[in-house]
Amino acid sequence: MALSEKDVQYVAKLARLEVTDQEVAKYTQQLANILEYVEQLNKLDTANVEPLTHPLDVKNVFREDKVQPSLTQQEVLSNGPEVQSGHFRVPKIM
Amino acid sequence: MELHQKTIHEVSADLKAKKLSSVELTKAVMDHLEKVEPKVQAFITITRDEAFKQAAEADKRLATGKDITALTGVPVGIKDLLCTKGVRTTCGSRMLENFVPPYNATVVEKLYSVGAVSVGKTNMDEYAMGSSTETSFYKKTKNPWNLNCVPGGSSGGSAACVSADQAFASLGSDTGGSIRQPAALCGIVGLKPTYGRVSRYGLIAFASSLDQIGPFGKDVEDCAIMMQVISGHDSKDSTSADIPVPDYLGEMRKSVKGLKVGIPKEFFPDGLNKEVSEAVKKAIEELKKQGAEIHEVSLPASPYALAVYYVLAPSEASSNLARYDGVRYGLRVPGENIMEMYSKTRAAGFGPEVKRRIMLGTYALSSGYYDAYYLKALKVRRLIKQDYDKAFEKVDVIATPTAPNPAFRFGEKTGDPLTMYLEDIFTVSINITGLPGLSVPCGMSKTELPIGLQLIGKAFDEATLLRTAYAYEQATEWHKQKPSLKEA
Repeated sequence: MALSEKDVQYVAKLARLEVTDQEVAKYTQQLANILEYVEQLNKLDTANVEPLTHPLDVKNVFREDKVQPSLTQQEVLSNGPEVQSGHFRVPKIM
Repeated sequence: MELHQKTIHEVSADLKAKKLSSVELTKAVMDHLEKVEPKVQAFITITRDEAFKQAAEADKRLATGKDITALTGVPVGIKDLLCTKGVRTTCGSRMLENFVPPYNATVVEKLYSVGAVSVGKTNMDEYAMGSSTETSFYKKTKNPWNLNCVPGGSSGGSAACVSADQAFASLGSDTGGSIRQPAALCGIVGLKPTYGRVSRYGLIAFASSLDQIGPFGKDVEDCAIMMQVISGHDSKDSTSADIPVPDYLGEMRKSVKGLKVGIPKEFFPDGLNKEVSEAVKKAIEELKKQGAEIHEVSLPASPYALAVYYVLAPSEASSNLARYDGVRYGLRVPGENIMEMYSKTRAAGFGPEVKRRIMLGTYALSSGYYDAYYLKALKVRRLIKQDYDKAFEKVDVIATPTAPNPAFRFGEKTGDPLTMYLEDIFTVSINITGLPGLSVPCGMSKTELPIGLQLIGKAFDEATLLRTAYAYEQATEWHKQKPSLKEA
């Protein structure tokens, strides 16, 4: 599975990362090296092995549906890069 | 010995007996911290004023004699990815240069609730991605044993500040070795608890199925004191385990007679650094001398752990770091439309290593590659866990080197990402399996750089790790040596 510059451009787009041509060239080489290292996993037969997503047995945790203290609107907005009338402001979407 | 050079268990008796006030202690530590900080550069933010306020509060509490623990009035450092209310938390990234959390992480809240004093926020690899702290946007932390060498990473600042006596203890986080490896490289004790033992609420996430918060201490006892405070269930973290926390200090003092110690041959490959291998073998001999039984164990899938890790950790990271979009917090770079704003913000806010891992993870999770990389890695993850389960049917604890080499020089491993990744070869399998691991100093290279012994335990059995490490430490002098703070 050779990695091409086109793949890297596509992945950068999916990841919402603006990349320069030099970065694409550099990352293509570096990611290809890492993926080549990862390929060693194919030496192991895992046909009958169940995937393990989590080290512990996790189950859904519920709490009582009761109102608990939470952050104020002011606190929540305090780190917003652009805030207006109690909202986060973003560029036009539609 | 000067005040700042002491351990928590040494000063806490004086604090309790009112022979020493927290303000005096904090002043001694803060003065030393600021004096050596130009050399060590362990901190992103030093919180001098807040520290003295907390110390004054601690003194009031000490005066009443109520609710006093070994940490009351003791100055500690906090890794800069743990949220601290009102104190900037950067995660070592430009992205969060101005982020001031409106709440405390649970572990921070726990430290404050027993009256600990925070001296500041410690330097780290950006988003905890690295093994040398060189990927920090802010500064390069130096190894106190040789200022031309790295302190390890990603919790390099937390390790260096304890080693250089800038704090009595500190908190770090460990996703692939980020507590144990810097502890080894800086000559101190570091413990990565079992996944779920310590709440992750308020920890800025890197890889959520691997991340765990843990302590650094000057010795095993101080590490146990910190563990006692930060452990336990938290309803704010749904992965936190509701399992009773033992009395670590009591358990720690028990003998290792009859303890079964496993030695996995896979962790002593041909070509392993001779000094590291000899120091670790000598440490195992010491445990044997004290009555521990040594058994060979096999972990055949563990050599694949690093490959598994470099699929799983970037995959989880690519998902976790999607939240940095310039909308609710963090950097924003304006764009013509929202997509451009996202892409420009993330391009400017993240450094090269973070971008590399986001792209690697995005690729591994993308359509057409998911089965080949992500699913395959999850299957091998189970094989690795099964090996450990089997080994722990035979033994109580497993002993290995922590890092393949002592501290390396700045720039030595930054050219090729894979070279840096290999630094985690002995530590990552513990995150993959969720088991606890501890590093304790066990030797010194000819170049006077510390070497660490890694002890791996059964799930939720940190007590046995502390006991084994304490027994070893009491018979040796490594933890009493102090770094030179010189270039060599």
